[in-house]
Amino acid sequence: MIRVLLPAHLRTLAHVDGEVELEVAAPVTIRAVLDALEARHPTLRGAIRDHGTLKRRAFVRFFACQRDLSHDPPETPLPESVANGGEPFVVLGALAGG
Amino acid sequence: MNTIRVLVGTRKGAFLLTSDEKRENWEVSGPHFAGWEIYHVKGSPVDPNRIYASVSSGWFGQVIQRSDDGGQTWAPVGNEFTYAGVPGTHQWYDGTQHPWEFKRVWHLEPSLTDPDHVYAGVEDAALFESKDGGATWSELSGLREHQTGPQWQPGAGGMCLHTILLDPVNAGRMFVAISAAGAFRSDDFGKTWRPINRGLRSEFLPDANAEVGHCVHRIAFHQSKPDTLFMQKHWDVMRSDDGGENWREVSGNLPTDFGFPIDVNANEPETIYVVPIKSDSEHFPIDGRLQVWRSRTGGDEWEALTNGLPQRDCYVNVLRDAMAVDALDPGGVYFGTTGGQVYGSADAGDSWKAIVRDLPAVLSVEVQTLA
Repeated sequence: MIRVLLPAHLRTLAHVDGEVELEVAAPVTIRAVLDALEARHPTLRGAIRDHGTLKRRAFVRFFACQRDLSHDPPETPLPESVANGGEPFVVLGALAGG
Repeated sequence: MNTIRVLVGTRKGAFLLTSDEKRENWEVSGPHFAGWEIYHVKGSPVDPNRIYASVSSGWFGQVIQRSDDGGQTWAPVGNEFTYAGVPGTHQWYDGTQHPWEFKRVWHLEPSLTDPDHVYAGVEDAALFESKDGGATWSELSGLREHQTGPQWQPGAGGMCLHTILLDPVNAGRMFVAISAAGAFRSDDFGKTWRPINRGLRSEFLPDANAEVGHCVHRIAFHQSKPDTLFMQKHWDVMRSDDGGENWREVSGNLPTDFGFPIDVNANEPETIYVVPIKSDSEHFPIDGRLQVWRSRTGGDEWEALTNGLPQRDCYVNVLRDAMAVDALDPGGVYFGTTGGQVYGSADAGDSWKAIVRDLPAVLSVEVQTLA
């Protein structure tokens, strides 16, 4: 079970409260988690990654286990504690604007 | 008894303002999509309960929301706006060529005949349409692929297609306006396009009379007279009586002819409204006095409308899509400001009242006249 924590605007868009729990087959990578998230909640397509290229949107960040994974390649395996549900995979809006 | 519903898009959400036909007491609903930028909200003329909203965010991109119950509930629909083919390049601020990149939807224009058919004007400038209620979008690429495309350039607000007019008389005819490219017309349902900018003069261009490159802020027509077009250009208020083939300046006695919105009274095809703004570098009313100016002669002769509008210390702007008219008689006129006020007039502009005063900055205003 993978736990995903979304920012407030995306929780509203996807109509979810709290964390999203996903079943993701190994290997648990950033791309696999996002694919599963978008499959469960299609309204999130285009909001985290661009359509087509699937590149992370510039002001969206990925954190887990006190680490910034935003610049890791999408096929990077996530830490074991994320893969086993101990820690959440955090999607958040970057501090930007005023 | 009619109901008037004003659809307001702001920097931080959408609001619906509802009144009976007296237009004195208003119910305010919102914010819908709190925290998101709402560039435009517009209802279908065929089914007014069908409303489309352009909802966007610098963080999370573009979302299109749709309501089928007059704005009480909403659901996101398709948000994939992919240019057809390889999109090519346009002129960038420094004169170099820059690839077309989708940024957001500025304007949604529901079809005159089918509530599931809706057009979207986007930045970087292009026209899309959906025929399935917003679920999927495809580009009408003949516009962006016009041979002048590489000469188009962004204005300060981006290279946006902000105006879409669907001609209710001439089948297949539609108009769009782009900052800063100009006005374009199609006579074949959007398949092919040509610039209609003859008569426009823009001093910021090397050739002031160029075919494209003009910063058209807004165009409008009366539903019964679509060959007569009115335009608020960056500077200059213009008029065409031949479907955009030729334009002439009708700024007349306006105190400044810089501004953003322009609209036409629903009952009087020669009665038009603008909001004069001091200059391109000072986007606020002259001397802090907010004034709508009305011409009842289709331009040239203008009168200031000030009754009920602040006449001191007012330094707001009124953006291009932030004025609309209702279909009652006498006609109602509405506009929103960057200071968060939405003003309404139930007497064709003779007097004004603030419907709301403290919304986020208003980006767009549309009106539905409901039976």
